[in-house]
Amino acid sequence: MSIIVYAESWEGKFRKSTYEAVSYAKNMSEILQQEVKSITVGDISEEELKKLGIYGSSSVESYPNISKSDGKSVAEIIKEHAQNSKFIVFSNTFNAKSIAPRVSAKLKAGIITNIISNLENNNEPVFKRQSFSSKAIEAVKLNTNQGVLSIAPNSFELSEKQLDCKISVNQKTTESDLNIIGKDINKGKISLSEAEVIVSAGRGLKGPENWNMIEELADILGAATACSKPVSDIGWRPHSEHVGQTGKAVAPNLYIAIGISGAIQHLAGVNSSKVMVAINTDPEAPFFKAADYGVVGDAFEVVPKLIEEIKSLRNN
Amino acid sequence: MNILVCISSVPDTTSKINFTDNNTKFDSNGVQFVINPYDEFGLTKAVFLKEENQASITVLTVGDPSVEPILRKALAIGADKAIRINYSPTDSYSTAYQIANHINSSEYDLIIAGKESSDYNNGAVPGMIADMLEIPFINACNGLTLEGNNLKLTREIDGGIENIQTKTPIIIGGQKGLVEESELKIPNMRGIMTARTKPLEVIESSDHTSLTESISFEKPAAKGSCKMIDENNINELVQELHNVAKVI
Ligand SMILES: Cc1cc2nc3c(=O)[nH]c(=O)nc-3n(C[C@H](O)[C@H](O)[C@H](O)COP(=O)(O)OP(=O)(O)OC[C@H]3O[C@@H](n4cnc5c(N)ncnc54)[C@H](O)[C@@H]3O)c2cc1C
Ligand SMILES: Nc1ncnc2c1ncn2[C@@H]1O[C@H](COP(=O)(O)O)[C@@H](O)[C@H]1O
Repeated sequence: MSIIVYAESWEGKFRKSTYEAVSYAKNMSEILQQEVKSITVGDISEEELKKLGIYGSSSVESYPNISKSDGKSVAEIIKEHAQNSKFIVFSNTFNAKSIAPRVSAKLKAGIITNIISNLENNNEPVFKRQSFSSKAIEAVKLNTNQGVLSIAPNSFELSEKQLDCKISVNQKTTESDLNIIGKDINKGKISLSEAEVIVSAGRGLKGPENWNMIEELADILGAATACSKPVSDIGWRPHSEHVGQTGKAVAPNLYIAIGISGAIQHLAGVNSSKVMVAINTDPEAPFFKAADYGVVGDAFEVVPKLIEEIKSLRNN
Repeated sequence: MNILVCISSVPDTTSKINFTDNNTKFDSNGVQFVINPYDEFGLTKAVFLKEENQASITVLTVGDPSVEPILRKALAIGADKAIRINYSPTDSYSTAYQIANHINSSEYDLIIAGKESSDYNNGAVPGMIADMLEIPFINACNGLTLEGNNLKLTREIDGGIENIQTKTPIIIGGQKGLVEESELKIPNMRGIMTARTKPLEVIESSDHTSLTESISFEKPAAKGSCKMIDENNINELVQELHNVAKVI
């Protein structure tokens, strides 16, 4: 018996959210006295597969001929390996969301998503999860012996275990029920769901031409960029940057909100951030009630100063 | 073409979220319920498809009688028929099961759900339905065009967009991009009048197996007060973020 992790890869590499899922499973495995087994699809080098051991995976089943876009086949493979597993762990990414519910239905194993708590005892597993767009935390109990768990990205620490991960390569092929005819990948950009720092701007920036300084600030912080809903609605920024209740929910370590008023629907998607900074000309802006740090001032003056100060911090 | 739009009824986005019965139940007192925003994009898309291709649109909600106003609203926006499956959802599985059961006994080509409900944020119901019915599932779908039996779709993936071709029947988890915000339909007087005469069928539910159980709620810890920093002393902000908060 083992705990299963879906080890998602991006173009042959694992990302932090995958390692978070492995660490999370390893933590449970110490309570349950079981091993962690990863399952991964797509073409991934042996060297990369071995990295799953660093965070506690004892073995990995690799399926180089299966595409992660083929959610149906990935779910079937996971089911085959998970027949006797108590938990199947995912990180709550878009890809996981097209696989995990299928696994839950196939195994008739309860699914709990957006998890933010660790397994505490094994008798009656209860997990805490974000719900109501982070306005509430819900405790959910499994009624089944097996559970499909999807953990909130950037909510759990990585812990190194340095195990030697045993690799099995499976040459299975399947037929997808979807025909993928193309992909547009945002090259080089940090994905919002995983970013540790997010620089976000709103209508206070006045126009799309003023985003240079936002991108520069994001660049020096190694941050992803985001925006409020009206900004993506008017087309100043792409929809993929829209955060909030009807956009993406994010939980970075640091969220810097520039020229964003702090409407309840915006805050709903960002208030799981660990630290929030608001920069706004209006001292009454609601964002100051939610933020940890606030600067009342004009973004066009404050942001360039902030860039300079961070540069000098980096140079010292 | 027969389109089914699955709609969940959720608190309006401005609602204050509170709980009753010793923090075990959502307090719906004074809360206005609306069509889940992601489902609203899907419903409008269905209305456009109907205008272009003579489709028929059924909207469906699993819920008690209190969800009927949102079904009436969906009829006023342009759906032809509404179905309420009489069951108060207890988890994603039991909800998906009721919907899949209904789909099995009908003939739908395109099943439109939302990428998640804005209340419990699970995003699990459509994927489960796909598995129960063995049909393709396109999550986070932000574009759909129809050419005969062929569908071209786009979906959001982590860090990009994927273009997909497939055949009906399928189920999607929709979001913005299916239609734009500015295209969302608001019911007009004529729509509201005709909605009154459109059928709203109530179906009894069967088998209520729940795989999970919600046991309690809490509010996230309140933030401490905001530390204000002078706009002429941005160095202090950087020092705080670096030395105190340790986030840069
Ligand atoms: C159903 C529904 C769902 C919604 N979902 C979302 C969502 O998911 N995400 C979201 O973001 N919104 C959402 N909204 C919209 C939300 O209610 C607000 O309208 C929106 O967040 C406001 O965006 P904003 O702060 O960029 O713009 P504004 O409210 O116009 O605020 C601009 C801010 O910039 C400040 N400012 C102006 N000039 C400067 C300057 N030079 N320097 C610094 N500051 C300046 C102003 O003081 C103001 O506070 C939703 C609304 C509804 C009804
Ligand atoms: N009670 C319900 N009745 C009808 N459709 C639902 C219901 N609950 C969820 N759905 C559909 O499933 C999608 C995802 O919901 P969820 O899995 O609850 O986040 C929603 O956008 C709806 O389209």
